[in-house]
Amino acid sequence: MQTSQRTALRARERRENLIGYAYMAPALVFFLGFVIFPMGMALVTSLTDYSMDSFNFVGLANYARMLRDRVFGKAMVNTVLIVAVSVPAVTLFSLWAASVVYKMRQRSSSFFRIVFYMPVVTGTVAVTVVWKWMFSRYNGLLNYVLRALGVIGTNISWLGDEAYAIWCIILILFTTSIGQPIVLYISALSNVDASLVEAAEVDGATHFKVFWKIKWPQIMNTTLYILVITTINSFQIFALIQLLTSGGPNNATNTIMYNIYYHAFKLNEYGYGNAMGVVLAVVIGLFSVVQFRLARAERE
Amino acid sequence: MQTSVQRLTPYRVASVALLVLLSLLFLFPMYWILTGSVKDIQAVNAASPVWFPLSPTLDNYQRLFDRPAMHWLWNTVFICLTAMLLTCASASLAGYALAKKRFRGRAFLFAVFISAMALPKQVILIPLLKEMSFLRLHDTPWAVILPTVGWPFGVFLMKQFSENIPGSVLEAARIDGAGEAMTFLKVVLPIIKPGIGALAIFTFITAWNDYFMQLIMLNSQAKLTISLGIAKLQTEMSNDFGLIMAGAALSAIPITAVFLLFQQFFTRGITMGAVKG
Repeated sequence: MQTSQRTALRARERRENLIGYAYMAPALVFFLGFVIFPMGMALVTSLTDYSMDSFNFVGLANYARMLRDRVFGKAMVNTVLIVAVSVPAVTLFSLWAASVVYKMRQRSSSFFRIVFYMPVVTGTVAVTVVWKWMFSRYNGLLNYVLRALGVIGTNISWLGDEAYAIWCIILILFTTSIGQPIVLYISALSNVDASLVEAAEVDGATHFKVFWKIKWPQIMNTTLYILVITTINSFQIFALIQLLTSGGPNNATNTIMYNIYYHAFKLNEYGYGNAMGVVLAVVIGLFSVVQFRLARAERE
Repeated sequence: MQTSVQRLTPYRVASVALLVLLSLLFLFPMYWILTGSVKDIQAVNAASPVWFPLSPTLDNYQRLFDRPAMHWLWNTVFICLTAMLLTCASASLAGYALAKKRFRGRAFLFAVFISAMALPKQVILIPLLKEMSFLRLHDTPWAVILPTVGWPFGVFLMKQFSENIPGSVLEAARIDGAGEAMTFLKVVLPIIKPGIGALAIFTFITAWNDYFMQLIMLNSQAKLTISLGIAKLQTEMSNDFGLIMAGAALSAIPITAVFLLFQQFFTRGITMGAVKG
């Protein structure tokens, strides 16, 4: 009796496992085949001199090479600069814009949502090529407008000048990055408990105080999410660089992701490229962990 | 939606004015693409910009369609739609199992999916390229589609949505004698439908904008996506901005039209994806 019960139980368990994995199977095949496997390969080949004609184990040589590689250092500095400027700028601006928009009537609020989300939908490449034209030295709009206003005397080669190129890129990155954060902040702000806000206003709390003491804690999760996705996206900036400057002039706009592309696909140094990819992944992971810790500390 | 009557403080007036000004700046690139695409070569290269094309020409579009531009657009739509369908199907099955089925290794699998999400996607592109060449899928749409479908965000999102399915409903279906397939189709799907909608939109936009993946995986002229096509125009005809704008317009107009039509779904999708995520 007992044994038959146990076998029945085991048969049921086996059946449940089978059903579970049957549901998981399609997703698992894609995930293991096209995410986990290449991830493992990236780690392994980062320890080799993998290129067109060789594949030897070289230990940590690629990682050591990175420490001496001036261009890699420059690319790292540029990438961190882009992240350090664009993440706060995107977060603060979208919070400000959302706090103005979310009080509006339905129609005006969806107008602004559409406008700021437009560059995301239009697509990075379409947006980038029109900016390239506007930044262009001889027939670009920007030079014309600034000259007409008397801000500059002669035409500037915006993307060809070490002093300006990276700022032009940060500007375009900004316009393509704020769409999602604004939409998220609008919805988060509309979900803030209205009775708390009213009670505080009745008690004579200032706007600033209402924001800081009541709204800010309630939109913390949204802020955290925005910080993390904006950080990840800014670290991986590539299309803008490849289309506008190819990392130039004189590596002034070279970034880690572009450098990886250059080494892996122009020089066929796959091993070195993968090692840089691993370092980038670790850096992004660290940033995300720090942001999570900070946000948690803030909440307590 | 309106919570309280707005008092018109000077700060508020200034903010709204600034926002209107900024939104004009945001719309301007789109305007410049559209008008630029119908300007002739003199107007495009004029030292003082032609704000409005008084004598529009379709010449740029004619030259654009000398190339397989419609083909590029079709390739892109095919990649995005296929990736979207496969992602929604596989992720909703897996998400449901992770949320509601008890099987060995469930917690471990979920942990692996979550940790993989923090990884920058581009990092795996080099090995992925080698893998696709090995599978003889390089330079086919599948080289872009398969990794997009494998990305774990969808599974995660659908797991969060499936948590909302009440156990009692599943139990009732079981007592009524519904099999696994029947339960999934008739009970589970209707409940997680909003989640699938959000995931569909999210996947479509991600695939559309995944320029790096397309750049690495697709080479031959007939296989390009519209983004790659424009990029190619730009490298080959670097100062022919009229032609390049025609390409940009061809890529931007259809997806913008879809966006405007389904605007509420988009914003709801974006929000749900994040709140649940």
